[in-house]
Amino acid sequence: MPSLRPSSRPEPARLDTAWSAATEIAVAVASGKISATAVVDDALARIGERNPVLNAFTAITAERARARAQVIDAAASRKQNLGPLAGVPFAVKNLFDVAGIATIAGSKINRAYPPAKRDSPLIERLEAAGAVLVGALNMGEYAYDFTGENVHDGASRNPHDPTRMTGGSSGGSGSAVAGGMVPLALGSDTNGSIRVPSSLCGIFGLKPTYGRLSRARSFPFVTSLDHLGPFARSTRDLALSYDVMQGADPDDAACSDRPVEPTLPELSHGLEGLRIAVAGGYFRQGAFPEALAALDCVAKAVGARTEIEIPEARRARAAAYVITATEGAALHLNRLRNRAEEFDPAVRDRLLAGAMIPSTLVVKAQNFRRWYRARVLELFKSCDAILAPSTPCTAPKIGQQTFMLGGVELPVRPNMGLYTQPISFIGLPVVAVPVPLQPLPIGVQIIAPPWREDVALRIAHALEQTGVAAAHRPSLKVPA
Amino acid sequence: MANPDPIDNFIAASGQTLGLSIKPDWLPAVKANLEVTLKHAALVAEFELPDDAEPAPIFTA
Repeated sequence: MPSLRPSSRPEPARLDTAWSAATEIAVAVASGKISATAVVDDALARIGERNPVLNAFTAITAERARARAQVIDAAASRKQNLGPLAGVPFAVKNLFDVAGIATIAGSKINRAYPPAKRDSPLIERLEAAGAVLVGALNMGEYAYDFTGENVHDGASRNPHDPTRMTGGSSGGSGSAVAGGMVPLALGSDTNGSIRVPSSLCGIFGLKPTYGRLSRARSFPFVTSLDHLGPFARSTRDLALSYDVMQGADPDDAACSDRPVEPTLPELSHGLEGLRIAVAGGYFRQGAFPEALAALDCVAKAVGARTEIEIPEARRARAAAYVITATEGAALHLNRLRNRAEEFDPAVRDRLLAGAMIPSTLVVKAQNFRRWYRARVLELFKSCDAILAPSTPCTAPKIGQQTFMLGGVELPVRPNMGLYTQPISFIGLPVVAVPVPLQPLPIGVQIIAPPWREDVALRIAHALEQTGVAAAHRPSLKVPA
Repeated sequence: MANPDPIDNFIAASGQTLGLSIKPDWLPAVKANLEVTLKHAALVAEFELPDDAEPAPIFTA
């Protein structure tokens, strides 16, 4: 018979920092269950282990991260308020300025530029909330990409199958969050570069309203269309990180001076009273069966029975294509003149073509943009949100050049954004939710009227509560 | 000898005007991208809008 011993207090279960939500980590750090230093050390160890497989990080800011974690732990020992993201490791696409390192924006050319003097404001705001920057992330060169491939740094790899694309251009952001290296990452979205990797990597992504989050001290691509936003594995993390990054910034001419509108308190309000429609027509054409299955699954779960036609979506995508090619070419004109051989050829050849488009056609695209915005805003009189696929298919193989869309063979690189481009074209807020299909996940866009991120996040949260949308943990094999 | 494709002339002329050196082996991809972008632009340009349709970016003094 075993002897009776006084019961000892059980050891608290060690937080699984590889898959914990940012909000769980912050609560654990604030309550003293785990130190910020331990969380950051865990994250750095995982990055060291997994990055050789996933190729998500191009810079690891270990020294800075450990110093920051020590500051948080010292504040904790003084019982100070640590902020809602205390000790949460995060990483940023390498087009965000990080003080002390060059902002390479996925390019070879920018590597010779001087290191950034100051962090991007979004990094500053996340760190003011207690988060800890652990590194910069791989991306398609100059963000002109939907694949996550990069000729200089190699492709970022999909944690659900490292032989497959992450999607781009924020490929490292998708890989780092889905691969359990960080619970939170930032990316940019000009035509779909947050929503496409969210879809292919099976995580949540938020592209806010155009002008909502400051783009100051980030390397631009197309200022008419550029947005920045977060990736996470839960809607709470998405909402919280978005909330702490909101706010005016005179350093970004497009940044709105609207007051901060917190979304986290709205998350649990459920679907009641929301009228949700499904985009038909253009948004069903060319989609692979899995994209339509995911869309139908989400529509059923939220009771979206009305199908609506977003007018002239094909033309909107065409106009976004023209503005992207030409504004991108204008941005890079001197580099194209003087250093064309140093570009990724796939990016260079698109930009060279963009430089030659007559300006009359660009003005036409901007005229159409205003017309289209007014028509789409009309739709929101009869609904509060619209569902559409994020991508036409699940993750293609790395290196795959073409796919069949609607019976036509088309290049992968420009066409993964078929369904995202007509939406970012007019700056609407979108939450991309992951639908965990087997063998690979795929995303659905929840599109809301301008400044109504709260509506899209509420719907995403309701889907997460029922399990219809979920970031599933990949069974990643890493070398011992 | 067949007449050269007008788009080849356009690429040569606009490349020279803009100060862009385009290597011969880049030309097929540049041409393909230009054709796709022009096709998209034509789809937009053929859409009738009233003369007072404002472009999306509005400058505020």
